[in-house]
Amino acid sequence: MRYEAPETIEAAVALLAAAGKTARVFAGGTDLIIQIKEEMIEPGMLVDIKKIKETREVILDDDEIRIGASVTGAELGENKELKKLFPGVVEAVQLIGSDQVQGRATIGGNFCNASPAADSVPALIASGAKAVVAGPNGTRTAAVEDLLIKPGQLSLAPGELIISFCLSRPPKNTGDAYLRFIPRSEMDIAVVGAGVSVTLNPDGTCAAARVALGAVAPTARLVEQAPDILLGKELDERVLAELAAAASATCQPINDKRGTIKFRTSVAGVLACRAIKIAWERAEKN
Amino acid sequence: MSKYHVTTTINGDEVDFTCYADQTLLEVLREDLNMTGTKNGCGSGDCGACTVIVNGRPVNACLVLGAELDGANIETIEGMSTGTELHPLQQKFLDHAALQCGICTPGFLNMAKALLEKNPEPTETEVRYALAGNLCRCTGYDKIVRAVLDAAAEMRESTS
Ligand SMILES: Cc1cc2nc3c(=O)[nH]c(=O)nc-3n(C[C@@H](O)[C@@H](O)[C@H](O)COP(=O)(O)OP(=O)(O)OC[C@H]3O[C@@H](n4cnc5c(N)ncnc54)[C@H](O)[C@@H]3O)c2cc1C
Ligand code: FES
Ligand code: FES
Repeated sequence: MRYEAPETIEAAVALLAAAGKTARVFAGGTDLIIQIKEEMIEPGMLVDIKKIKETREVILDDDEIRIGASVTGAELGENKELKKLFPGVVEAVQLIGSDQVQGRATIGGNFCNASPAADSVPALIASGAKAVVAGPNGTRTAAVEDLLIKPGQLSLAPGELIISFCLSRPPKNTGDAYLRFIPRSEMDIAVVGAGVSVTLNPDGTCAAARVALGAVAPTARLVEQAPDILLGKELDERVLAELAAAASATCQPINDKRGTIKFRTSVAGVLACRAIKIAWERAEKN
Repeated sequence: MSKYHVTTTINGDEVDFTCYADQTLLEVLREDLNMTGTKNGCGSGDCGACTVIVNGRPVNACLVLGAELDGANIETIEGMSTGTELHPLQQKFLDHAALQCGICTPGFLNMAKALLEKNPEPTETEVRYALAGNLCRCTGYDKIVRAVLDAAAEMRESTS
């Protein structure tokens, strides 16, 4: 196996394109090193992207926020400005693993590993994040949810990699939140995850809403009916009950040691409601 | 398979090594540099026994490649005491009997050291969360948490 650490996007794309399927992008390595050691994969080359400036910076412009793909959880947690704008996204990334894992695990790696339970993904979907993808044919931008295909797989062409995630600066009265259910208080994988972003009208009713769920289907999913249920409404018991039902109806989970189909489906509704209450409260204060 | 030449600073000394692309920092330390103070528990980021500090951040040495460390500053348990004088955390672990077999201890000590550098006055809850990525299978966590809190208090006193 070869190890390369290019300093430019072009050089990384060239290395990945030339090596074809045997090359892997290497960020924090918290998934990749385990997969290599357990002989689940046998890459011919690792292309470490941490020396590429564009993947390492967080840029807070007037209208747009860019989070570099190889920014770590610990670094995102220390970015007070970003935490104010997207507390849900930052909380989600900060739930990944221990402090040791936080020092290495990147937001891009968490997304690209494409685990159905990856914590960053529902939060990124809820916040309307777009991935900036570089490849042999130049750069394209795609809504994050459109890149998810199935467990472990994204719709990235050979030679493509994610450079950053791009988010619109939240309008006034916007708030986001992410919650997950795990049987312990730390160090576990989500049984259900729920990310929510809401924007409120001046009269306190809902102007925009996105709700996404993790760990309840082969990929994280947007709750498609959420806007129909929420737009123009206040957050009363009836609206919450409708949201819970829509969230549960979005689920297509598996039975495993962490939770049964029935449990996951029911908890998805509960968590979506709890998360929207937090997001709503944040929106009222923003 | 080709080897990579890497120049690092380990516990203040310049250390050069060569390694293969798939060798972890844990393997480089234990097998090539003979620094066996860093322990191998799981090799998958779950137990924290291999915790070292790289460029100021605690990480699992089993989830870092040697090849990516050119120019890195690495702190391991071997550099924790000053000569024969133990670091306050090491002394408090002894005083509180916070170790039995000791396999987990270097990882706990490095993690606690990193925590106290960032937060000299942690609450018990903060200590427990910071140590959540370190497993101990014989001593139990209570004595370890007490030792860390006691060391923090002593370190605050000696700097004030
Ligand atoms: C002890 C432990 C606990 C964990 N707990 C959690 C948890 O609670 N929640 C959770 O969600 N995850 C958890 N994880 C997994 C989490 O650490 C990873 O998913 C991590 O976020 C991946 O980031 P990385 O930078 O380490 O990726 P890497 O391992 O470097 O890469 C992961 C995958 O993404 C690809 N890749 C990386 N970056 C890019 C890019 N920019 N463009 C294209 N492809 C890319 C790689 O080729 C690889 O296939 C845990 C892991 C460990 C070891
Ligand atoms: S050996 Fe590295 S975390 Fe267990
Ligand atoms: S002292 Fe034996 S594992 Fe902690």
